[in-house]
Parts: sequence; structure tokens; C-alpha cells
Amino acid sequence: MSALEHIPDIDNGLLRFITCGSVDDGKSTLIGRLLWDTRTILADTLHAIEKTSLKRGNAEIDLSLITDGLQAEREQGITIDVAYRYFSTGRRKYIIGDSPGHEQYTRNMVTAASTANLAVILIDARKGMLTQTRRHSFLTKLLGVPNIVVAVNKMDLVDYDQAIFNNICAEYRKFAAQIELGEVRFIPMSALTGEMLVDRGDKLQWYAGPTLLELLEATPSAHSERDERFRFPVQYVCRPLRADRPELHDYRGFMGRIESGSISVGDEVMVLPSERRSRVRDIQLGEVSMASAGAEQSVTLLLEDEIDISRGDMIVKPHQLVLVTRRVEAMLCWFSETALDPRRKYILRHTTREARALIDAIEYRVDVNSLEHHSADGLAMNDIAKISLRLAQPICADSYASNRATGNFILVDETTNNTVAAGMIL
Amino acid sequence: MSSAEQNYRGRRTLSHLDWLESESIHILREVAGQCANPALLFSGGKDSICLLRLAEKAFRPGKFPFPLLHIDTGHNYREVTDFRDSRAAELGERLIVRNVEDSMAKGTVVLKTVGESRNKYQSITLLEAIAEFGFDCCIGGARRDEEKARAKERIFSFRDDFGQWNPKDQRPEVWDIYNARVHKGENIRAFPISNWTELDVWQYIQREQLALPSIYFAHTRPVIRKGGLLQPVTALTPAQAGDVVEEMMVRYRTVGDITCTAPVESNATSLAMIIEETATATVTERGATRLDDQTSEASMEQRKKEGYF
Repeated sequence: MSALEHIPDIDNGLLRFITCGSVDDGKSTLIGRLLWDTRTILADTLHAIEKTSLKRGNAEIDLSLITDGLQAEREQGITIDVAYRYFSTGRRKYIIGDSPGHEQYTRNMVTAASTANLAVILIDARKGMLTQTRRHSFLTKLLGVPNIVVAVNKMDLVDYDQAIFNNICAEYRKFAAQIELGEVRFIPMSALTGEMLVDRGDKLQWYAGPTLLELLEATPSAHSERDERFRFPVQYVCRPLRADRPELHDYRGFMGRIESGSISVGDEVMVLPSERRSRVRDIQLGEVSMASAGAEQSVTLLLEDEIDISRGDMIVKPHQLVLVTRRVEAMLCWFSETALDPRRKYILRHTTREARALIDAIEYRVDVNSLEHHSADGLAMNDIAKISLRLAQPICADSYASNRATGNFILVDETTNNTVAAGMIL
Repeated sequence: MSSAEQNYRGRRTLSHLDWLESESIHILREVAGQCANPALLFSGGKDSICLLRLAEKAFRPGKFPFPLLHIDTGHNYREVTDFRDSRAAELGERLIVRNVEDSMAKGTVVLKTVGESRNKYQSITLLEAIAEFGFDCCIGGARRDEEKARAKERIFSFRDDFGQWNPKDQRPEVWDIYNARVHKGENIRAFPISNWTELDVWQYIQREQLALPSIYFAHTRPVIRKGGLLQPVTALTPAQAGDVVEEMMVRYRTVGDITCTAPVESNATSLAMIIEETATATVTERGATRLDDQTSEASMEQRKKEGYF
């Protein structure tokens, strides 16, 4: 695909995806190629990349420099943080979460994967599956990314050999079955020459499947589509009490985003943790009323009865109950340079609710490379572990596997206010 | 399941603008839910015009749970500051304006040369305003597609008590759980339209039929060609001996300090024409318009570390 010759007419929503791999796998080249072939890179950016390429002594423009970010990173020739990139095909808008591949940056990959609906796992065709491939796949599974694409890259360096591709696919499938990864798509490609990314090229004629972009275009976009149960964490309560609008004197609007499921005017709802019931009187977006609304929409709910609801409560449907609990078992990824101290209390933030949390037990730590379980007394940065927590107040929790939005939490260190861990409820 | 739900599920995918709008509303409500004393930075520019529309969708029929704040360099176009004032009045929301010139009079801003761009000094006046009102969060209209230092910034971006951004020590931001907790003196910069591109902004302005300052549309203006950019000829930026002044049809892609913001050649007199131009643009928004970002590849990163937005 070359330049967009007309105004994009996007009707197919938005897809967030991540690319997993290191610079050596051609990850930056892959992103650069996607941006380049969808005409996202503009002349002045290209000019800056040209200058840098020359300065580094490269004869040709290095597409991987497109993803270069901070001065601090350029100085060290490394990537230290997740960067977000944007492109559009005219049919759909994309957000790429670009996280560095090194082992010490597990937390970056967890961050990028947390909002992704698809993961592209890069494998260098010459090297086949590596330890990092297993690590990236495990983290993708842990974070519940629903669509996995294995991109066998650098096919140009193995003479586009179908047997090499097939062997890598077979080995990966075996591993995917071990970690129960679900359906995986495989694409042979060369990010450098562009084969099977946006254009098919003519070197991989034995491959009949979709190009990477075709696959991206066809992937369902909503990230919470799997759970049909209505979940509405209340973010903010609107009580206008405006002298100029006396008709609003009794107005109580419960503002939030529908995390999953849908709601219609007249539906019976239950507020948790109080368990009080009412019916939906109106659904508003701005000052416009709607008959119904669904997942990922930010709306305001008005109820028929005056009941006490505040930020942190969750509105659900009575036959779709959520677990109200003060005990949580979870997989935890520790982010902070300061190790987890099991004697300390942390603040747990779940949906719009906060509660003090105590670590009851660390059941085991997972070695992200071998996937073996080890016992642990504390956790250091980038460690992943199964833990159990006790909370001072209850939360309204689903399992992460059933609902990513209501099954996740973060831990905050009360002293520094830093976000120190991300958790996925089991 | 009711038939209404089934119907709803039949047309489930939100358009990209609906998705972005919903995310931004969610972010604004998190600011309101978590912060004790936030402010929304409103300059009269297109990005902050979108923010105001999003705030209406997030909080009406209530009042905004924050005042609007503008740090005025004194080098803004009248069309823009007039628009700023009338829009705030129309919304019935409180507008606070703090002037870089007041910081200059106090001596906290010292210019190196008289005609120097005041853009970077906004940081000082902003930090003074934050201290004056005790704001714990400032909501801004920055986008990650604007600049590579922005591409790595969080939606809730922590600033220490010097207003500094430390790119190497940002709070992890997972899912859409935001952490706005700060100690006294520190604050959060929240960016609800982080995930929007320039084109998204224009498409949203068109969809919502938002009013804009007139200089966003093509008009005739005297300009001088300088290093690939157009420098407007104004009282602040007069023509020098030897300059060739041309009358050209131009518009602004971004509005800011007159001394460092360049218009682009354009015939786009309507939103549809601007969107067409944006979709087919060959130069980035900052590359085409910012006279101050070209001095060094890292100048935005540097300014942000010093407390800039």
C-alpha cells in the first residue's frame, strides 16, 4: 500500500497490539516498515532519521531508528521504556505498544501487553525459538492477550526456505500447547524487504495465509468482548445542585465506563457491595439520552430509586453477580526496584476502589525463562509470583481470565506513592 | 438476554473516535475522582478545545470539577485569546489566566534577549500558578504522536516538587488503572488525549462541530520564508532588512507563541479541507510549525525535564 490518496473513512474501530522481540529480531524494523508502508512517517521525521543514519555511518536509511525515543536511550543505544506508535489504514486505527525485549524489562512488556488485543511475537528464522520467545509468550498468556501472531522474520536470510518455517511452527506449537496459549497464527516474513507485512512480495509464494496487515485488519477490536456480564465501576457521582438549573436539584448521575456487557433503560441493577437494587431510568452521554449502551462506553447512569452510591462501588445485574471479597489470590508482577516486603501494607487499587492490602503468602515465584516454580520470601523487580492477599475492605472482583478489566489491580507503595506491582486475580 | 441487548451486540464495534472519546472521558473522570484540586490547561488551541468538549461529555449537567488555566506568554494572537475568553464564558466555567510577563516583572523569568521566544518560560509561570493555587493535577492536551519524548510519557505523568519529569523513573501504567497519588508540592500532569493523532483531533472537531479561532483556517498573511518554514510578519516579529515579505494564503496547524509558531501554506478554508490536508500531509505538525524544536533533536525532552508541559 502506498500513500493514502483520500481521507481515511475509518469504520472498523481501533486495535491495540504489541510487538515482542529484541532489536536483533528486527522488531524496530518491523514497526518502521508498518509505519513506512502505511505512510505514517512524514518527510521531516525521515530527514532526521537520515541524518542519524549518516552520523552512525550507515549507507542506507535505517528504518529501525523510527522507534528511537529519548536522548538517554540514543546515547546508550538501548530502549528503556514502552513507546506508543500510531498508524491508520483508512479502515482502522492502530496503537502499537513498543516494549524493549531485554529480560530486565519484563515490567515494560507487562505494561504494554496489559492493554493489547493482539501480540506479534517475533522469531528470527535463522535462530528459531529462543529463551526470550518463551518468556514473551508466557507473559502474553499471563496478561491474557487474546490474539497471538508468531512472525517468523528474516526469511530473506534463509532463502525463504519453507522447511525452516515449518520446523519453527511445529516447535512453537508444542510449546504453546504446554502453556495453554490457545490459537496461534504463523506468518513467514521479512521486515527488511517488506514481504508479508503490508505487501505479499513475490518470494514467499508457498505461503497462502494472510499478510500481517490483513490479519490485523480482521482481528476483533474490543478487548473485553469475551465477558457478557455487565460491569460498571462508579468513577464519579454527579450532583449538580446548580442555582441556575433548579430542575436538576434531584439529579444523581453515576458516572463510569461499562467495562463489559451491556445495559438498557429499564434493566434491573444491583449496587455492590451494598446489594441494593434499582432500575435504570436513563443512560446519558453528555446530555444526550440513550436506550442502551455497551462495553467500553463511558456513560452516566440514572436510577429510579434514590440509593446511596459512591466512587468505588460497582453496578452489576442481579443475575450476573461479581465476587465481593477481602481475600484475593493472584499472579503478581513486581515492578519496583525496592523489593516486596511481606511485612508491609500496600495500597491495592482495583477498578475505582482502593483498599489496604497485606501479603499473606508468596506461594511460588515463576522463572520466566524456564517457567519453573521456585519458593520465595520476597520479590525483586521483574519477578512474577503467585501470591495471596488480605484486604482491609472488600473489592468486587472477577477472575482475570474471565474479565481483564475487573480482574486486574495495582499495588501502590504508601510512602513513595509509586506503583510497585501489577496483579491478575485468579 | 433482552432483544435490546441483542440488537446492541449486533453493532458492537465502537468507531475509533467513539473509542478515543470514551477513553478520554474515563481519564477525565479519574482525575476528578482521585485529585483534590485539579486544573485544566486551556489555551484556545485545537487540542484543548477538544478537551473542553470531552469535559462537557464527562461532567454535564454538572459544573466541571476544575477551573480552566491558561499560561499566557503575552505573545498570543488576539483571535486566540479572545476565543479562549468567550469559550470559557459560554461554558460558564472559571478561567484563570497567569502571565509570563508578571513573572518577568517579579524577576522569576529573565529573558536573555528582548525578542526571545517566551515559550520555554511558560514552565516557570505554570509552576508559580501551581504553587499559588495548590493544584495537584494539571490536565493538558498533549498527544503522544506529537513528538518522540511524548510517545513515552504516561497518561498520568508524575512531576516532582520542581515540576520535573524523569523519563527513566516513570510510574508503570498498566491497563487503565491510573495512580494520581502525590505528596504535597508534587503534582500530576494528566493527558486525556494521549492516544489521539492530529487527524483524530480534526475529525473529532468536525464530528462535534466545534468552533475554532479563525487563524486555523486559511487566510492571507504577510510571511517570510526562513529555513523551510514560514515566519509570520507581526509587530513582535517584524521584517528585517533584506527579508522578502510575501502575502500568502496560510493557516496555523498549531497555535502558540507568535515568535515560535509558524503557519503553513494552505488553501483550506473549511474543516473538510483541513482534514484532507492533514490526511495527506508530508510533514509532521511540529516539524511544519515549531521554530523552537529544531535546535536540538532532544529539545522537547529537555524542556519537559524542566517542568514544561
